[in-house]
Amino acid sequence: MVWIARTCRSLLRQPAALAALGWLIAVCVAAAAAPVLAPAGPLEVAADRALLPPGRGAVLGTDFLGRDVLGRLLWGGRWTLQMGALALAVAVGLGLPVGLVAGSAGRQVDAVLMRLVDSLLAVPGLLLAMAVLAVLGTGLLPVALAAGMAAAPPYARLARSVTMEVRSAPFIDAARAVGCSAGRIAVRHILPNAGPALVAFAATQLGWVLLNGAALSFLGLGLPPGTPEWGAMLSEGRGYLRDAPWASAVPGLALTLTTLAANLLGDSLQTALRPQWAAGP
Amino acid sequence: MTARYVGRRLLQAAFVLWLSTTLTFLALQLAPGDPAQALLAASGATPEEVAARRSQLGLDDPLPVQYVRYLVDLARGDLGRSWLHGRPVGRMIAEQFPATAELAVSASLLGVVAGLGLGILAAVRRGTWLDTAATSVAVVGLSTPTYWSGLLAILLFSLHLRLLPAAGEGDLLHLILPSLVLGFALSGSIARMVRASVVEVLGAPFVLAARARGVPRRRVLFVHVLRAAAGPALAVAALQFGFVLGGAVVTESVFARRGLGRLAVEAILWRDLPVVRGVVVVAAVAYVLVNLAADLIQAALDPRLREDAA
Repeated sequence: MVWIARTCRSLLRQPAALAALGWLIAVCVAAAAAPVLAPAGPLEVAADRALLPPGRGAVLGTDFLGRDVLGRLLWGGRWTLQMGALALAVAVGLGLPVGLVAGSAGRQVDAVLMRLVDSLLAVPGLLLAMAVLAVLGTGLLPVALAAGMAAAPPYARLARSVTMEVRSAPFIDAARAVGCSAGRIAVRHILPNAGPALVAFAATQLGWVLLNGAALSFLGLGLPPGTPEWGAMLSEGRGYLRDAPWASAVPGLALTLTTLAANLLGDSLQTALRPQWAAGP
Repeated sequence: MTARYVGRRLLQAAFVLWLSTTLTFLALQLAPGDPAQALLAASGATPEEVAARRSQLGLDDPLPVQYVRYLVDLARGDLGRSWLHGRPVGRMIAEQFPATAELAVSASLLGVVAGLGLGILAAVRRGTWLDTAATSVAVVGLSTPTYWSGLLAILLFSLHLRLLPAAGEGDLLHLILPSLVLGFALSGSIARMVRASVVEVLGAPFVLAARARGVPRRRVLFVHVLRAAAGPALAVAALQFGFVLGGAVVTESVFARRGLGRLAVEAILWRDLPVVRGVVVVAAVAYVLVNLAADLIQAALDPRLREDAA
Protein backbone atom coordinates (compact mmCIF):
# COMPACT_ATOMS: atom_id res chain seq x y z
CA MET A 1 0.00 0.00 0.00
CA VAL A 2 2.65 2.47 -1.09
CA TRP A 3 0.04 4.81 -2.51
CA ILE A 4 -1.41 5.56 0.92
CA ALA A 5 1.89 6.90 2.24
CA ARG A 6 2.53 8.81 -0.99
CA THR A 7 -0.95 10.32 -1.00
CA CYS A 8 -0.65 11.35 2.65
CA ARG A 9 2.66 13.09 2.00
CA SER A 10 1.17 14.95 -0.94
CA LEU A 11 -1.87 15.97 1.13
CA LEU A 12 0.34 17.38 3.87
CA ARG A 13 1.92 19.70 1.32
CA GLN A 14 -1.45 21.19 0.30
CA PRO A 15 -2.76 23.93 2.62
CA ALA A 16 -6.36 23.49 1.43
CA ALA A 17 -6.20 19.78 2.19
CA LEU A 18 -4.80 20.40 5.66
CA ALA A 19 -7.50 22.96 6.44
CA ALA A 20 -10.22 20.62 5.16
CA LEU A 21 -8.92 17.65 7.15
CA GLY A 22 -8.55 19.84 10.24
CA TRP A 23 -12.13 21.08 9.94
CA LEU A 24 -13.57 17.59 9.44
CA ILE A 25 -11.67 16.25 12.45
CA ALA A 26 -12.70 19.25 14.58
CA VAL A 27 -16.37 18.80 13.64
CA CYS A 28 -16.27 15.09 14.45
CA VAL A 29 -14.58 15.71 17.81
CA ALA A 30 -16.99 18.53 18.67
CA ALA A 31 -19.99 16.34 17.84
CA ALA A 32 -18.60 13.43 19.84
CA ALA A 33 -17.94 15.71 22.80
CA ALA A 34 -21.36 17.38 22.61
CA PRO A 35 -22.46 16.15 26.08
CA VAL A 36 -19.38 17.83 27.59
CA LEU A 37 -19.12 20.93 25.39
CA ALA A 38 -22.76 21.91 24.89
CA PRO A 39 -23.87 24.71 27.23
CA ALA A 40 -27.41 23.33 27.23
CA GLY A 41 -29.24 20.23 26.05
CA PRO A 42 -30.53 20.35 22.46
CA LEU A 43 -34.15 20.04 23.59
CA GLU A 44 -34.06 22.34 26.63
CA VAL A 45 -36.81 24.88 26.10
CA ALA A 46 -36.71 28.22 27.94
CA ALA A 47 -39.53 30.56 26.92
CA ASP A 48 -38.01 33.54 28.74
CA ARG A 49 -34.79 33.18 26.73
CA ALA A 50 -36.34 33.01 23.25
CA LEU A 51 -34.58 34.69 20.29
CA LEU A 52 -31.61 35.94 22.31
CA PRO A 53 -28.89 37.35 20.04
CA PRO A 54 -25.41 35.81 20.15
CA GLY A 55 -23.53 37.23 23.11
CA ARG A 56 -23.40 37.00 26.88
CA GLY A 57 -26.32 34.69 27.62
CA ALA A 58 -25.73 32.32 24.72
CA VAL A 59 -22.61 32.23 22.59
CA LEU A 60 -24.49 31.66 19.32
CA GLY A 61 -27.88 32.95 20.48
CA THR A 62 -31.12 31.06 21.09
CA ASP A 63 -33.94 30.04 18.80
CA PHE A 64 -37.68 30.77 18.97
CA LEU A 65 -38.18 28.29 21.81
CA GLY A 66 -35.22 29.61 23.79
CA ARG A 67 -33.11 26.56 22.90
CA ASP A 68 -29.39 27.25 22.81
CA VAL A 69 -28.16 27.36 19.20
CA LEU A 70 -24.61 26.26 20.07
CA GLY A 71 -25.96 23.31 22.04
CA ARG A 72 -28.24 22.28 19.20
CA LEU A 73 -25.42 22.77 16.69
CA LEU A 74 -23.12 20.40 18.59
CA TRP A 75 -25.81 17.77 19.15
CA GLY A 76 -27.03 18.28 15.59
CA GLY A 77 -23.55 17.52 14.29
CA ARG A 78 -24.08 13.99 15.57
CA TRP A 79 -27.18 13.49 13.42
CA THR A 80 -25.72 15.14 10.34
CA LEU A 81 -22.32 13.44 10.50
CA GLN A 82 -23.75 10.01 11.32
CA MET A 83 -26.19 10.38 8.45
CA GLY A 84 -23.36 11.42 6.11
CA ALA A 85 -21.08 8.56 7.15
CA LEU A 86 -23.85 5.96 6.89
CA ALA A 87 -25.00 7.30 3.54
CA LEU A 88 -21.46 7.26 2.19
CA ALA A 89 -21.07 3.66 3.36
CA VAL A 90 -24.29 2.75 1.52
CA ALA A 91 -23.19 4.58 -1.63
CA VAL A 92 -19.78 2.90 -1.72
CA GLY A 93 -21.13 -0.46 -0.53
CA LEU A 94 -23.63 -0.57 -3.40
CA GLY A 95 -21.69 1.31 -6.06
CA LEU A 96 -18.24 -0.21 -5.69
CA PRO A 97 -19.12 -3.90 -6.26
CA VAL A 98 -21.37 -3.00 -9.21
CA GLY A 99 -18.66 -0.85 -10.76
CA LEU A 100 -15.91 -3.42 -10.18
CA VAL A 101 -17.94 -6.24 -11.68
CA ALA A 102 -19.12 -4.12 -14.63
CA GLY A 103 -15.60 -2.97 -15.32
CA SER A 104 -13.97 -6.37 -15.16
CA ALA A 105 -16.49 -9.09 -16.01
CA GLY A 106 -16.92 -8.62 -19.75
CA ARG A 107 -19.16 -6.88 -22.21
CA GLN A 108 -22.55 -8.47 -21.58
CA VAL A 109 -22.46 -8.13 -17.80
CA ASP A 110 -21.17 -4.60 -18.23
CA ALA A 111 -23.98 -3.64 -20.61
CA VAL A 112 -26.69 -5.01 -18.29
CA LEU A 113 -25.28 -3.36 -15.14
CA MET A 114 -24.60 -0.03 -16.80
CA ARG A 115 -28.07 0.26 -18.32
CA LEU A 116 -29.40 -0.34 -14.79
CA VAL A 117 -27.12 2.41 -13.48
CA ASP A 118 -28.17 4.70 -16.35
CA SER A 119 -31.83 4.21 -15.54
CA LEU A 120 -31.17 5.25 -11.92
CA LEU A 121 -29.04 8.20 -13.03
CA ALA A 122 -31.95 9.38 -15.16
CA VAL A 123 -33.81 10.33 -12.00
CA PRO A 124 -32.36 13.49 -10.42
CA GLY A 125 -30.41 12.47 -7.29
CA LEU A 126 -32.46 14.41 -4.78
CA LEU A 127 -35.76 13.21 -6.29
CA LEU A 128 -34.49 9.62 -6.22
CA ALA A 129 -33.63 10.04 -2.54
CA MET A 130 -37.08 11.52 -1.90
CA ALA A 131 -38.75 8.61 -3.68
CA VAL A 132 -36.74 6.05 -1.69
CA LEU A 133 -37.69 7.89 1.49
CA ALA A 134 -41.36 7.78 0.49
CA VAL A 135 -41.10 3.99 0.48
CA LEU A 136 -38.88 3.59 3.56
CA GLY A 137 -40.49 6.02 5.98
CA THR A 138 -38.78 8.40 8.42
CA GLY A 139 -35.76 8.21 10.71
CA LEU A 140 -31.98 8.47 10.60
CA LEU A 141 -31.51 5.10 8.89
CA PRO A 142 -34.07 5.68 6.10
CA VAL A 143 -32.58 9.13 5.39
CA ALA A 144 -29.05 7.70 5.22
CA LEU A 145 -30.26 4.83 3.02
CA ALA A 146 -32.12 7.21 0.71
CA ALA A 147 -29.20 9.63 0.31
CA GLY A 148 -26.75 6.73 -0.06
CA MET A 149 -28.84 4.91 -2.67
CA ALA A 150 -29.11 8.12 -4.67
CA ALA A 151 -25.33 8.57 -4.54
CA ALA A 152 -24.59 4.95 -5.49
CA PRO A 153 -25.15 5.15 -9.29
CA PRO A 154 -22.52 7.87 -9.88
CA TYR A 155 -20.11 5.95 -7.68
CA ALA A 156 -20.71 2.76 -9.66
CA ARG A 157 -20.06 4.67 -12.88
CA LEU A 158 -16.74 6.03 -11.60
CA ALA A 159 -15.66 2.67 -10.16
CA ARG A 160 -16.35 1.08 -13.54
CA SER A 161 -14.33 3.58 -15.52
CA VAL A 162 -11.38 3.40 -13.10
CA THR A 163 -11.52 -0.40 -13.19
CA MET A 164 -11.46 -0.40 -16.97
CA GLU A 165 -8.51 1.96 -17.00
CA VAL A 166 -6.52 -0.25 -14.62
CA ARG A 167 -7.60 -3.42 -16.40
CA SER A 168 -5.98 -2.35 -19.64
CA ALA A 169 -2.57 -2.07 -17.93
CA PRO A 170 0.07 -4.63 -18.95
CA PHE A 171 0.53 -6.04 -15.43
CA ILE A 172 -3.06 -7.27 -15.47
CA ASP A 173 -2.27 -9.25 -18.64
CA ALA A 174 0.76 -10.58 -16.80
CA ALA A 175 -1.34 -11.66 -13.83
CA ARG A 176 -3.77 -13.40 -16.17
CA ALA A 177 -0.90 -15.05 -18.00
CA VAL A 178 0.46 -16.61 -14.81
CA GLY A 179 -2.98 -18.03 -14.12
CA CYS A 180 -4.61 -15.71 -11.57
CA SER A 181 -8.38 -16.19 -11.30
CA ALA A 182 -10.72 -13.32 -12.28
CA GLY A 183 -11.71 -12.83 -8.65
CA ARG A 184 -8.10 -12.69 -7.49
CA ILE A 185 -7.24 -10.18 -10.23
CA ALA A 186 -10.18 -7.98 -9.22
CA VAL A 187 -9.39 -8.01 -5.50
CA ARG A 188 -5.59 -8.20 -5.43
CA HIS A 189 -4.61 -6.27 -8.55
CA ILE A 190 -7.39 -3.98 -9.76
CA LEU A 191 -8.75 -2.78 -6.41
CA PRO A 192 -5.43 -1.57 -4.92
CA ASN A 193 -4.54 0.29 -8.10
CA ALA A 194 -7.98 1.82 -8.41
CA GLY A 195 -7.86 2.75 -4.70
CA PRO A 196 -6.69 6.36 -4.88
CA ALA A 197 -9.30 7.43 -7.43
CA LEU A 198 -12.01 5.57 -5.50
CA VAL A 199 -11.07 7.32 -2.24
CA ALA A 200 -10.94 10.74 -3.92
CA PHE A 201 -14.41 10.34 -5.40
CA ALA A 202 -15.73 9.03 -2.07
CA ALA A 203 -14.71 12.33 -0.44
CA THR A 204 -16.63 14.24 -3.13
CA GLN A 205 -19.62 11.95 -2.64
CA LEU A 206 -19.49 12.66 1.11
CA GLY A 207 -20.10 16.32 0.24
CA TRP A 208 -23.06 15.30 -1.92
CA VAL A 209 -24.74 13.07 0.67
CA LEU A 210 -24.27 15.70 3.39
CA LEU A 211 -25.98 18.38 1.28
CA ASN A 212 -28.77 16.14 0.10
CA GLY A 213 -29.36 14.26 3.34
CA ALA A 214 -29.68 17.59 5.13
CA ALA A 215 -31.91 18.79 2.28
CA LEU A 216 -34.31 15.92 3.04
CA SER A 217 -34.68 17.04 6.65
CA PHE A 218 -34.82 20.69 5.56
CA LEU A 219 -37.85 19.71 3.46
CA GLY A 220 -39.33 18.13 6.58
CA LEU A 221 -39.24 14.62 5.13
CA GLY A 222 -36.59 12.74 7.06
CA LEU A 223 -36.67 13.25 10.78
CA PRO A 224 -39.32 13.90 13.44
CA PRO A 225 -40.02 17.61 14.08
CA GLY A 226 -37.66 19.23 16.57
CA THR A 227 -34.73 16.91 15.87
CA PRO A 228 -31.54 18.95 16.24
CA GLU A 229 -30.20 18.20 12.77
CA TRP A 230 -28.51 20.99 10.79
CA GLY A 231 -30.92 20.94 7.85
CA ALA A 232 -33.91 20.77 10.18
CA MET A 233 -32.55 23.62 12.35
CA LEU A 234 -32.11 25.73 9.23
CA SER A 235 -35.70 25.06 8.28
CA GLU A 236 -37.09 25.78 11.76
CA GLY A 237 -35.29 29.12 11.94
CA ARG A 238 -36.89 30.30 8.68
CA GLY A 239 -39.99 31.68 10.38
CA TYR A 240 -37.85 33.97 12.53
CA LEU A 241 -35.40 35.12 9.89
CA ARG A 242 -36.02 38.80 10.60
CA ASP A 243 -35.67 38.63 14.38
CA ALA A 244 -33.20 35.80 14.82
CA PRO A 245 -31.22 35.16 11.61
CA TRP A 246 -28.54 33.30 13.61
CA ALA A 247 -30.89 30.38 14.27
CA SER A 248 -30.76 29.52 10.53
CA ALA A 249 -27.46 31.05 9.52
CA VAL A 250 -25.29 29.17 12.04
CA PRO A 251 -26.32 25.59 11.18
CA GLY A 252 -26.21 26.55 7.48
CA LEU A 253 -22.65 27.80 7.84
CA ALA A 254 -21.61 24.62 9.65
CA LEU A 255 -23.15 22.48 6.91
CA THR A 256 -21.58 24.55 4.11
CA LEU A 257 -18.11 24.45 5.70
CA THR A 258 -18.32 20.70 6.25
CA THR A 259 -19.44 20.09 2.67
CA LEU A 260 -16.73 22.43 1.43
CA ALA A 261 -14.14 20.52 3.47
CA ALA A 262 -15.29 17.21 1.95
CA ASN A 263 -15.11 18.68 -1.57
CA LEU A 264 -11.69 20.26 -1.00
CA LEU A 265 -10.40 16.97 0.38
CA GLY A 266 -11.68 15.20 -2.73
CA ASP A 267 -9.98 17.78 -4.98
CA SER A 268 -6.70 17.52 -3.06
CA LEU A 269 -6.75 13.74 -3.35
CA GLN A 270 -7.30 14.11 -7.08
CA THR A 271 -4.35 16.48 -7.27
CA ALA A 272 -2.23 14.06 -5.28
CA LEU A 273 -3.12 11.38 -7.83
CA ARG A 274 -2.86 13.33 -11.02
CA PRO A 275 -0.64 16.35 -10.53
CA GLN A 276 -1.19 17.44 -14.12
CA TRP A 277 -4.88 18.06 -13.34
CA ALA A 278 -4.06 20.40 -10.47
CA ALA A 279 -7.07 22.13 -8.89
CA GLY A 280 -9.50 20.70 -11.42
CA PRO A 281 -11.70 17.66 -11.60
CA MET B 1 -24.44 12.49 -38.69
CA THR B 2 -24.98 8.85 -39.47
CA ALA B 3 -28.47 7.43 -39.17
CA ARG B 4 -26.99 4.42 -37.40
CA TYR B 5 -25.62 6.51 -34.55
CA VAL B 6 -28.93 8.34 -34.13
CA GLY B 7 -30.84 5.07 -34.22
CA ARG B 8 -28.63 3.43 -31.63
CA ARG B 9 -28.77 6.45 -29.35
CA LEU B 10 -32.61 6.59 -29.62
CA LEU B 11 -32.86 2.89 -28.81
CA GLN B 12 -30.62 3.32 -25.80
CA ALA B 13 -32.70 6.26 -24.51
CA ALA B 14 -35.91 4.27 -24.93
CA PHE B 15 -34.39 1.33 -23.07
CA VAL B 16 -33.23 3.48 -20.16
CA LEU B 17 -36.67 5.07 -19.92
CA TRP B 18 -38.37 1.67 -19.92
CA LEU B 19 -36.04 0.44 -17.19
CA SER B 20 -36.49 3.47 -14.94
CA THR B 21 -40.28 3.37 -15.27
CA THR B 22 -40.20 -0.35 -14.47
CA LEU B 23 -38.06 0.29 -11.40
CA THR B 24 -40.47 2.95 -10.17
CA PHE B 25 -43.37 0.53 -10.71
CA LEU B 26 -41.61 -2.13 -8.65
CA ALA B 27 -40.70 0.38 -5.93
CA LEU B 28 -44.35 1.31 -5.57
CA GLN B 29 -45.28 -2.37 -5.29
CA LEU B 30 -42.76 -2.77 -2.48
CA ALA B 31 -44.11 0.18 -0.53
CA PRO B 32 -46.12 -0.73 2.53
CA GLY B 33 -49.81 0.10 2.66
CA ASP B 34 -52.89 -0.74 0.63
CA PRO B 35 -53.80 1.87 -2.01
CA ALA B 36 -57.53 1.19 -1.72
CA GLN B 37 -57.34 1.54 2.04
CA ALA B 38 -55.35 4.75 1.67
CA LEU B 39 -57.89 6.16 -0.79
CA LEU B 40 -60.82 5.46 1.48
CA ALA B 41 -59.15 5.99 4.85
CA ALA B 42 -60.55 9.50 5.28
CA SER B 43 -64.16 8.47 4.74
CA GLY B 44 -63.99 5.51 7.15
CA ALA B 45 -65.03 2.88 4.62
CA THR B 46 -66.14 -0.63 5.56
CA PRO B 47 -63.94 -3.61 4.58
CA GLU B 48 -66.49 -4.47 1.84
CA GLU B 49 -66.14 -1.03 0.31
CA VAL B 50 -62.36 -1.32 0.41
CA ALA B 51 -62.55 -4.72 -1.30
CA ALA B 52 -64.89 -3.32 -3.95
CA ARG B 53 -62.51 -0.44 -4.55
CA ARG B 54 -59.58 -2.84 -4.81
CA SER B 55 -61.16 -4.76 -7.64
CA GLN B 56 -62.33 -1.53 -9.27
CA LEU B 57 -58.70 -0.27 -9.25
CA GLY B 58 -57.50 -3.60 -10.59
CA LEU B 59 -55.36 -4.27 -7.54
CA ASP B 60 -56.56 -7.89 -7.33
CA ASP B 61 -55.11 -8.69 -10.74
CA PRO B 62 -51.81 -10.58 -10.95
CA LEU B 63 -48.69 -8.44 -10.96
CA PRO B 64 -47.82 -8.91 -14.66
CA VAL B 65 -51.32 -7.77 -15.64
CA GLN B 66 -50.98 -4.66 -13.47
CA TYR B 67 -47.55 -4.02 -14.94
CA VAL B 68 -48.74 -4.21 -18.54
CA ARG B 69 -51.68 -1.94 -17.73
CA TYR B 70 -49.26 0.53 -16.10
CA LEU B 71 -47.04 0.58 -19.19
CA VAL B 72 -50.00 0.99 -21.56
CA ASP B 73 -51.39 3.84 -19.42
CA LEU B 74 -47.96 5.43 -19.30
CA ALA B 75 -47.58 5.25 -23.07
CA ARG B 76 -50.91 7.09 -23.36
CA GLY B 77 -49.66 9.73 -20.92
CA ASP B 78 -51.86 8.49 -18.08
CA LEU B 79 -49.92 8.57 -14.79
CA GLY B 80 -52.75 7.29 -12.59
CA ARG B 81 -54.77 9.04 -9.93
CA SER B 82 -53.67 10.68 -6.70
CA TRP B 83 -54.64 8.65 -3.65
CA LEU B 84 -55.10 11.84 -1.69
CA HIS B 85 -57.08 14.00 -4.12
CA GLY B 86 -58.42 11.42 -6.54
CA ARG B 87 -57.33 13.67 -9.42
CA PRO B 88 -55.29 12.53 -12.45
CA VAL B 89 -51.59 12.78 -11.58
CA GLY B 90 -50.78 13.94 -15.12
CA ARG B 91 -53.02 16.96 -14.74
CA MET B 92 -51.60 17.81 -11.29
CA ILE B 93 -48.07 17.72 -12.70
CA ALA B 94 -49.03 19.72 -15.78
CA GLU B 95 -50.37 22.47 -13.51
CA GLN B 96 -47.13 22.71 -11.54
CA PHE B 97 -44.68 22.10 -14.35
CA PRO B 98 -44.53 25.64 -15.84
CA ALA B 99 -43.42 27.18 -12.51
CA THR B 100 -40.60 24.65 -12.13
CA ALA B 101 -39.59 24.89 -15.80
CA GLU B 102 -39.40 28.68 -15.52
CA LEU B 103 -37.03 28.41 -12.55
CA ALA B 104 -34.99 25.55 -14.04
CA VAL B 105 -34.50 27.30 -17.38
CA SER B 106 -33.53 30.70 -15.96
CA ALA B 107 -31.19 29.11 -13.38
CA SER B 108 -29.60 26.94 -16.10
CA LEU B 109 -28.97 29.97 -18.29
CA LEU B 110 -27.36 31.88 -15.42
CA GLY B 111 -25.39 28.84 -14.30
CA VAL B 112 -24.09 27.99 -17.76
CA VAL B 113 -23.07 31.59 -18.54
CA ALA B 114 -21.36 32.07 -15.16
CA GLY B 115 -19.81 28.59 -15.28
CA LEU B 116 -18.44 29.12 -18.81
CA GLY B 117 -16.99 32.49 -17.82
CA LEU B 118 -15.36 31.21 -14.64
CA GLY B 119 -14.09 28.02 -16.28
CA ILE B 120 -12.56 29.72 -19.32
CA LEU B 121 -11.01 32.45 -17.17
CA ALA B 122 -9.45 29.86 -14.84
CA ALA B 123 -8.10 27.76 -17.72
CA VAL B 124 -6.63 30.65 -19.70
CA ARG B 125 -5.00 32.20 -16.62
CA ARG B 126 -4.00 28.81 -15.29
CA GLY B 127 -1.72 28.94 -12.25
CA THR B 128 -2.31 32.64 -11.54
CA TRP B 129 -4.31 34.20 -8.71
CA LEU B 130 -7.25 34.57 -11.12
CA ASP B 131 -7.29 30.79 -11.55
CA THR B 132 -7.23 30.31 -7.78
CA ALA B 133 -10.03 32.85 -7.31
CA ALA B 134 -12.23 31.36 -10.02
CA THR B 135 -11.75 27.76 -8.87
CA SER B 136 -12.43 28.83 -5.28
CA VAL B 137 -15.70 30.48 -6.27
CA ALA B 138 -16.58 27.29 -8.16
CA VAL B 139 -15.95 24.95 -5.23
CA VAL B 140 -17.85 27.24 -2.84
CA GLY B 141 -20.77 27.30 -5.26
CA LEU B 142 -20.68 23.52 -5.42
CA SER B 143 -20.64 23.19 -1.62
CA THR B 144 -23.23 25.79 -0.61
CA PRO B 145 -26.71 24.39 -0.10
CA THR B 146 -29.31 26.47 -1.94
CA TYR B 147 -31.46 26.30 1.17
CA TRP B 148 -28.77 28.29 2.99
CA SER B 149 -27.67 30.72 0.28
CA GLY B 150 -31.36 31.29 -0.45
CA LEU B 151 -32.05 32.31 3.15
CA LEU B 152 -29.02 34.59 3.18
CA ALA B 153 -30.23 36.17 -0.08
CA ILE B 154 -33.70 36.71 1.39
CA LEU B 155 -32.14 38.23 4.50
CA LEU B 156 -30.03 40.66 2.49
CA PHE B 157 -32.14 41.58 -0.53
CA SER B 158 -35.65 41.27 0.89
CA LEU B 159 -35.48 41.99 4.61
CA HIS B 160 -32.65 44.51 4.78
CA LEU B 161 -32.45 46.20 1.37
CA ARG B 162 -36.15 45.61 0.55
CA LEU B 163 -35.24 45.31 -3.13
CA LEU B 164 -36.78 41.99 -4.10
CA PRO B 165 -39.73 39.91 -2.92
CA ALA B 166 -38.82 37.05 -0.56
CA ALA B 167 -41.52 34.59 -1.50
CA GLY B 168 -44.09 33.65 -4.07
CA GLU B 169 -44.12 33.70 -7.84
CA GLY B 170 -45.62 35.52 -10.75
CA ASP B 171 -43.47 38.21 -12.29
CA LEU B 172 -39.82 38.50 -13.19
CA LEU B 173 -38.93 40.12 -9.86
CA HIS B 174 -39.97 36.97 -8.01
CA LEU B 175 -37.78 34.88 -10.27
CA ILE B 176 -34.53 36.80 -9.71
CA LEU B 177 -33.45 35.54 -6.28
CA PRO B 178 -34.35 31.85 -6.77
CA SER B 179 -32.61 31.72 -10.17
CA LEU B 180 -29.52 33.47 -8.85
CA VAL B 181 -29.26 31.08 -5.91
CA LEU B 182 -29.78 27.94 -7.99
CA GLY B 183 -27.67 29.29 -10.86
CA PHE B 184 -24.75 29.95 -8.50
CA ALA B 185 -24.88 26.37 -7.21
CA LEU B 186 -24.94 25.07 -10.80
CA SER B 187 -22.13 27.33 -12.04
CA GLY B 188 -19.65 25.62 -9.67
CA SER B 189 -19.75 22.19 -11.29
CA ILE B 190 -19.96 23.60 -14.81
CA ALA B 191 -16.95 25.90 -14.23
CA ARG B 192 -14.84 22.94 -13.04
CA MET B 193 -15.68 20.83 -16.08
CA VAL B 194 -15.20 23.72 -18.50
CA ARG B 195 -11.83 24.50 -16.94
CA ALA B 196 -10.70 20.89 -17.28
CA SER B 197 -11.78 20.60 -20.91
CA VAL B 198 -10.32 23.98 -21.94
CA VAL B 199 -7.01 23.14 -20.22
CA GLU B 200 -6.93 19.87 -22.14
CA VAL B 201 -7.68 21.53 -25.47
CA LEU B 202 -5.12 24.31 -24.84
CA GLY B 203 -2.43 21.62 -24.72
CA ALA B 204 -3.61 19.90 -27.90
CA PRO B 205 -1.28 19.84 -30.93
CA PHE B 206 -3.70 21.72 -33.18
CA VAL B 207 -3.62 24.70 -30.81
CA LEU B 208 0.17 24.72 -30.91
CA ALA B 209 -0.01 24.47 -34.68
CA ALA B 210 -2.37 27.44 -34.89
CA ARG B 211 -0.10 29.48 -32.62
CA ALA B 212 2.91 28.46 -34.73
CA ARG B 213 1.16 29.63 -37.90
CA GLY B 214 0.94 33.04 -36.23
CA VAL B 215 -2.79 33.04 -35.48
CA PRO B 216 -3.37 35.70 -32.79
CA ARG B 217 -3.81 34.39 -29.25
CA ARG B 218 -7.33 35.79 -28.93
CA ARG B 219 -8.44 34.19 -32.21
CA VAL B 220 -7.00 30.83 -31.16
CA LEU B 221 -8.97 31.00 -27.92
CA PHE B 222 -12.30 32.09 -29.32
CA VAL B 223 -12.31 30.15 -32.57
CA HIS B 224 -10.22 27.01 -32.09
CA VAL B 225 -10.27 26.28 -28.38
CA LEU B 226 -13.84 27.20 -27.58
CA ARG B 227 -15.21 25.22 -30.51
CA ALA B 228 -13.35 22.13 -29.33
CA ALA B 229 -14.33 22.61 -25.70
CA ALA B 230 -17.99 23.37 -26.48
CA GLY B 231 -18.96 19.72 -26.94
CA PRO B 232 -17.80 18.42 -23.57
CA ALA B 233 -19.16 21.54 -21.85
CA LEU B 234 -22.55 20.95 -23.43
CA ALA B 235 -22.56 17.32 -22.30
CA VAL B 236 -21.73 18.38 -18.74
CA ALA B 237 -24.46 21.00 -18.73
CA ALA B 238 -26.94 18.34 -19.86
CA LEU B 239 -25.78 15.91 -17.17
CA GLN B 240 -26.27 18.69 -14.62
CA PHE B 241 -29.90 19.02 -15.71
CA GLY B 242 -30.80 16.47 -13.05
CA PHE B 243 -29.08 18.64 -10.47
CA VAL B 244 -31.13 21.62 -11.63
CA LEU B 245 -34.41 19.69 -11.34
CA GLY B 246 -33.51 18.38 -7.87
CA GLY B 247 -32.21 21.79 -6.81
CA ALA B 248 -35.39 23.45 -8.05
CA VAL B 249 -37.37 21.29 -5.62
CA VAL B 250 -35.43 22.68 -2.65
CA THR B 251 -35.25 26.23 -4.00
CA GLU B 252 -39.01 26.27 -4.46
CA SER B 253 -39.41 25.34 -0.83
CA VAL B 254 -37.03 28.12 0.30
CA PHE B 255 -38.86 30.79 -1.68
CA ALA B 256 -42.35 29.37 -1.09
CA ARG B 257 -42.91 28.97 -4.82
CA ARG B 258 -45.40 26.59 -6.38
CA GLY B 259 -44.01 23.87 -8.59
CA LEU B 260 -43.13 20.19 -8.75
CA GLY B 261 -41.13 20.53 -5.53
CA ARG B 262 -44.13 21.45 -3.42
CA LEU B 263 -46.16 18.74 -5.14
CA ALA B 264 -43.51 16.08 -4.43
CA VAL B 265 -42.91 17.10 -0.81
CA GLU B 266 -46.62 17.12 -0.04
CA ALA B 267 -47.05 13.76 -1.78
CA ILE B 268 -44.26 12.18 0.28
CA LEU B 269 -45.60 13.58 3.55
CA TRP B 270 -49.03 12.08 2.76
CA ARG B 271 -47.64 8.86 1.24
CA ASP B 272 -49.41 9.77 -2.01
CA LEU B 273 -47.27 7.33 -3.97
CA PRO B 274 -48.82 7.70 -7.46
CA VAL B 275 -47.92 11.40 -7.36
CA VAL B 276 -44.37 10.62 -6.17
CA ARG B 277 -44.06 8.11 -9.00
CA GLY B 278 -45.48 10.58 -11.52
CA VAL B 279 -42.96 13.27 -10.58
CA VAL B 280 -40.08 10.76 -10.77
CA VAL B 281 -41.22 9.50 -14.19
CA VAL B 282 -41.64 13.01 -15.58
CA ALA B 283 -38.21 14.05 -14.28
CA ALA B 284 -36.60 10.94 -15.79
CA VAL B 285 -38.25 11.56 -19.17
CA ALA B 286 -37.09 15.20 -19.15
CA TYR B 287 -33.56 14.19 -18.17
CA VAL B 288 -33.27 11.47 -20.82
CA LEU B 289 -34.61 13.76 -23.56
CA VAL B 290 -32.26 16.62 -22.61
CA ASN B 291 -29.26 14.29 -22.62
CA LEU B 292 -30.32 12.67 -25.88
CA ALA B 293 -30.49 16.10 -27.50
CA ALA B 294 -27.09 17.07 -26.04
CA ASP B 295 -25.47 13.86 -27.31
CA LEU B 296 -26.87 14.33 -30.80
CA ILE B 297 -25.70 17.96 -30.91
CA GLN B 298 -22.29 16.92 -29.64
CA ALA B 299 -22.04 14.22 -32.28
CA ALA B 300 -22.97 16.79 -34.94
CA LEU B 301 -20.13 19.01 -33.70
CA ASP B 302 -17.54 16.28 -33.32
CA PRO B 303 -17.37 13.62 -36.04
CA ARG B 304 -15.12 11.35 -33.95
CA LEU B 305 -17.95 10.57 -31.55
CA ARG B 306 -20.23 9.11 -34.20
CA GLU B 307 -17.96 6.21 -35.01
CA ASP B 308 -16.62 4.82 -31.76
CA ALA B 309 -19.24 5.95 -29.27
CA ALA B 310 -20.48 2.82 -27.56
